[in-house]
Amino acid sequence: MGLEDLFNVVKTRFNVNSPEDDKEDGDRPEDTAVQVPEDLVFKCPRCLNVIMTDELEKNLKVCPQCNYHSRLTAPERIKLIADKDSFKEFDADMLSKNPIDFPGYETKQQALRDSTGLKDAVITGECTIRGERCVMGVMDPRYMMASMGSVVGEKITRAFEFATENRLPVIMFTASGGARMQEGIVSLMQMAKTSGAVARHSDAGLLYITVITDPTTGGVTASFASLGDIIIAEPKVLIGFAGRRVIEGTIRQRLPDDFQSAEFALEHGFADMIVERKSMRRTIAHILKLHKGAEI
Amino acid sequence: MEKLNKFTPYERLEIVRHKGRPTVRDYIPLIFDEFIEMHGDRLFGDDGAIMGGIASINGIPVTVIAEVKGRNINENKECNFAMPNPEGYRKALRLAKQAEKFHRPVICFIDTPGAFAGVDAEKRGQGEAIARNLMEFMRLKTPIISIVLGEGGSGGALALGVCDCLAVLENSIYSVISPRGFASILWKDSGKEKEACSIMKVTAEDMIELGVAEKIIEEPLGGAHNDVSQTAENIAEFLYKTLNKKMKIDIDVLLNERYTKFRKIGEFEEG
Repeated sequence: MGLEDLFNVVKTRFNVNSPEDDKEDGDRPEDTAVQVPEDLVFKCPRCLNVIMTDELEKNLKVCPQCNYHSRLTAPERIKLIADKDSFKEFDADMLSKNPIDFPGYETKQQALRDSTGLKDAVITGECTIRGERCVMGVMDPRYMMASMGSVVGEKITRAFEFATENRLPVIMFTASGGARMQEGIVSLMQMAKTSGAVARHSDAGLLYITVITDPTTGGVTASFASLGDIIIAEPKVLIGFAGRRVIEGTIRQRLPDDFQSAEFALEHGFADMIVERKSMRRTIAHILKLHKGAEI
Repeated sequence: MEKLNKFTPYERLEIVRHKGRPTVRDYIPLIFDEFIEMHGDRLFGDDGAIMGGIASINGIPVTVIAEVKGRNINENKECNFAMPNPEGYRKALRLAKQAEKFHRPVICFIDTPGAFAGVDAEKRGQGEAIARNLMEFMRLKTPIISIVLGEGGSGGALALGVCDCLAVLENSIYSVISPRGFASILWKDSGKEKEACSIMKVTAEDMIELGVAEKIIEEPLGGAHNDVSQTAENIAEFLYKTLNKKMKIDIDVLLNERYTKFRKIGEFEEG
């Protein structure tokens, strides 16, 4: 069966579903729609446009219709940003425990480790970007929506401490559902811990760039994600503190689609710039160069 | 010391939500010799959910920053049920920086279900306001002592919780999210609040065990509402003792200890 046939099959299957079904709610999970093979097509959560996955991949996983910058895995992101073969990972074997003995936490994590190849929700390390040496952290929403528990908190803290000791800039690609509920109060404390490490790095006169990717919310927004000297966001990504539904529940009305978007953050003064994925590497390298020599 | 109260986590939640649970407004006149309230964040407005000012305890001038619960519907309207907006956290930061300038220790009283979740709060950067406080309190060059009076909910509580010594009232609870929110997110059933409460590790003893708090302040039999002045006395005694201890420590040493206190929280293994 050729690719075209495959496409037709998918198209036919998708058309079974009447378009009205999908109209009213942009952030509704796609569970009520007809089952579409996930690996073949991508349905944009912003404009609901459906495109073939390989087409999306060719476009750096950016929706060609509305420019929504969809989620990347941490390895994809590193490949896109770091110089080839320059990335050296830190703490690759760190695993979380179960601080509040939450039932099923270990099993859930094991399943995710098997399916994603990750050990937890962040990869940290050092690399060069167009020759500029830096420390980089990348969160991966496939792993428990990149929520922050002990491992995420510890790895990010260590990354900042390494950067402070070695006088290096830090670039954090943030994505997170917030604090990891399964670790209870211990996860909340990671917000203070990481913010403390950012403070020391900042006090040493070093540069910290945050790149907000989809979705950055809750306790990560309320800690290191909001503390960059420079805050960059990818187009159309979600950034906010409180969950949209929580707020809708409070005010009892629907919020506009662009609420808590990168554009919303820019408008209200909480991001420096919105940068497209295709120029992200260039932009970061440029900023790194401009800060060279200032860090003495 | 003999423990008088032995309540389950859920019973404690009921105690801290009890109508008669004393609020910081009840404690301030009983703990401090005087209190001058200050208003505003100098950026946007004045948030009734966080109050602050200058006070003195046994002659030591201190800056007090507190989350305010209402004792009736009118007070609750004014203080938004103790759910601060960004301007509240920014007021807290302004007063903390002022305390640093004048070498006054900072005393924070935590009592909130969480930061307010609202459209305007998002527009004004609720996340940024909390994050900024975490970072700035971590390097604030004056002693900080925080006390959880009732509910310590989420980042909204932690924004006043970066400190050199955290004390929790015996029946108070401190949590990553409200037990109801926990049940709703993890079990898709907000009715399982009671179960959430028992599993989340939210009690004063849990906080000591997990290294989050350093001290439990005793409450009278049945809870703080049964004897406000006794509770206030216990708080005052703790504060005076701890202030004397922390004020003697060299500031760089103190900042290192503060960093380490949070630095070591977390459970992981390295393969």
